[in-house]
Amino acid sequence: MRHLSKMLLGAVAAVALAGASSAAYATDVEVIHWWTSKGESAAVSQFAKAVDNDGAGDHWVDSAIALGETARATVMQRVLGGDPPAAAQFNPGRQYEELIKGGKLLDLTDVATAGKWDEIIRPKAIASACLVDGHWWCVPVNIHSNYWAWYSKPAFEKAGVPEPKSLADFVAAAPKLKEAGIIPFAIGGDGNGWQIQLLFQDMVTEALGVEARDKMYTTKSAEIAGGPEMKGVFEQLRTLKQYTDDGYANRNWNDTTNLVITNKAGLQVMGDWARGEFAAAGMTGVKDFGCMIGLNESKPVVSTDGDIVVFFKQDNPELEAAQKRMAALLISPEVQVAFNNAKGSMPVRGDVDLGSADPCMQKALEAVKDPAKIVTATNRFITENTNQQLNELVAQYFADDSVTADAATAKFAEIIKNSD
Amino acid sequence: MTQTRKRRFPIHAVVGTVPMILVSVGVFVIGIGFSVLWSFTSSKLFPSYNFVGLSQYRRLWADDRWLISINNIWFFGLMSIACNMVFGYLLAVFMDQRVRQEDALRSIFLYPFAMSLIVTGLVWQWALDPNLGIQQAMRNWGWESFTFAPLVQANTAIYGLVVAGIWQGSGVTMAILLAGLRGIDSEIWKAAKIDGIPTWRTHVFIVAPMMRGAFATAFVLQCVAVVRVYDLVIAMTGGGPGIATTMPAVYVIQLITVRQNVGQGMAAATLMLAPILLVLAIGGILQWRNRRKESRA
Repeated sequence: MRHLSKMLLGAVAAVALAGASSAAYATDVEVIHWWTSKGESAAVSQFAKAVDNDGAGDHWVDSAIALGETARATVMQRVLGGDPPAAAQFNPGRQYEELIKGGKLLDLTDVATAGKWDEIIRPKAIASACLVDGHWWCVPVNIHSNYWAWYSKPAFEKAGVPEPKSLADFVAAAPKLKEAGIIPFAIGGDGNGWQIQLLFQDMVTEALGVEARDKMYTTKSAEIAGGPEMKGVFEQLRTLKQYTDDGYANRNWNDTTNLVITNKAGLQVMGDWARGEFAAAGMTGVKDFGCMIGLNESKPVVSTDGDIVVFFKQDNPELEAAQKRMAALLISPEVQVAFNNAKGSMPVRGDVDLGSADPCMQKALEAVKDPAKIVTATNRFITENTNQQLNELVAQYFADDSVTADAATAKFAEIIKNSD
Repeated sequence: MTQTRKRRFPIHAVVGTVPMILVSVGVFVIGIGFSVLWSFTSSKLFPSYNFVGLSQYRRLWADDRWLISINNIWFFGLMSIACNMVFGYLLAVFMDQRVRQEDALRSIFLYPFAMSLIVTGLVWQWALDPNLGIQQAMRNWGWESFTFAPLVQANTAIYGLVVAGIWQGSGVTMAILLAGLRGIDSEIWKAAKIDGIPTWRTHVFIVAPMMRGAFATAFVLQCVAVVRVYDLVIAMTGGGPGIATTMPAVYVIQLITVRQNVGQGMAAATLMLAPILLVLAIGGILQWRNRRKESRA
């Protein structure tokens, strides 16, 4: 009998201890992000694993919300409502400038100084997304390039046309693909048509050249925005539309990529996160699928877009310590390699081993060395308001054949001229 | 009759209604007040008090998307309300024929109304998706040239929304009108029959006018559903293709959350309030005239 009560006592003590220790150390860090596709969730689980195993008892609480604009809107509503998540994903640019100005973000300067972020992060453009007025407000976690086209090798083989080296090549080959019963051009129109906007922005850079494009956005030049090259872009966009399928209207990007993966479609223009989908489907670049950098192999460009993680100010010191531990962890070499290999993006630090990167990624790593081949992300120039106005214009033009290229060009020039 | 009873302070009634009064003043009046106030400021993500006059309204009316959304809500509203009333009445008449299994049928017709608009929207989106739904099914059965995909064309997508709206709304209209029909004294039917009036004339000229209350209830319910139509659009088309099916409520939410432009969103919200105020004003004037007529008589 005594024996039993002793055992009971021991058990109670053990339970109490376990409860106490979890209360003292386990800190839940809620992260809102839109990494929801197959490749993306494989990547984000690398983050979660690293945080859960950091030895400090932190716990990654995953709040995945499909579609970037929906996830960002949720974050903004939570901030305005006074209940911000511990951390959230954003794209580098002006999406979060008001959060910094409004004093909503946790200042990460001490973590960054300890980790020498200003030395290890390359190129400099990606650091400037987080380093504002001498303070670090976010952690860049990867470099994405929007300037990619992915194509199915079997599709081009079936149609009996050579693999494309530029968008013009592709347009020339598209009728043959169509004859062979393949959807030549895969695209999707979900979320106010951001996929179409991405294609459009890639085409703008290709048509204007990096210099004129940057000048157009920084000086709000209606002259460039309304010029003949821009009209050419709109005309080419209409041509591409003729080669897509009826199901495009509400399709999301990873279903679009899946059309290429399953050889139902010929080519998709999408950022390098599409590579994560190919990888998740067990395919490797150059052997199973082809990639075209900068929409023109002879003029390779990459953008230093990507993802950053912001941390919101909390009134709980324990949570704040956990947030800072997490910030340091996300940028550590091992986590960077594991995450970016799964995601298809480049690490933000130049000092990690990327021997395992596939040939498509090697193309990008080659281009990122040359500052002249780096394109600044559109989001750096324009606010989300202007960005959505452009989205709407391009999506409307793409959906409605009665809008002429002239009218669209004029409207584009007007939006650029009035952008804030 | 009432004067004979002793008037007392209605303490229970007051206690009961105070929370409601607080909520309606706090949430609606103050909320609407701030919406109107912010519509005159340059607020972006966070509300600010930098007043800029009518410039948000000017930007709003220069925005294609807003103009399209105004057109859309009129079209959607007129089409879906008209169809719902007609179909709802016909269904109610059909149910009133003492059909067998009436309860089961009534549940089936009411079921869409009980379902979330998000679910309704998704179901219809799948059914109308050219690669998954009706079109593909018909093609798989051998009709290769069959084309039915209203949602992917900018000029037909709104009809898809109307169809889903009818599917969702006609059942509840039926339920309300059926209750109205059952409330009609059976003596009237008998009298009409004896007089040799055809059934359809009895419906149109005798029964329908007697059901004014039921019609008004159903109509108001439909109007409210139209003004706040948001989830159906989001689930079915996301406002697309392009911006072809965007509606005012979608526009307001999009400006406030995604576009981070609270000022312009509030201007749009204020304008959404305007037609409602107009209807209230017309109702008020009519009531006032009626009362004056009565007091004169």
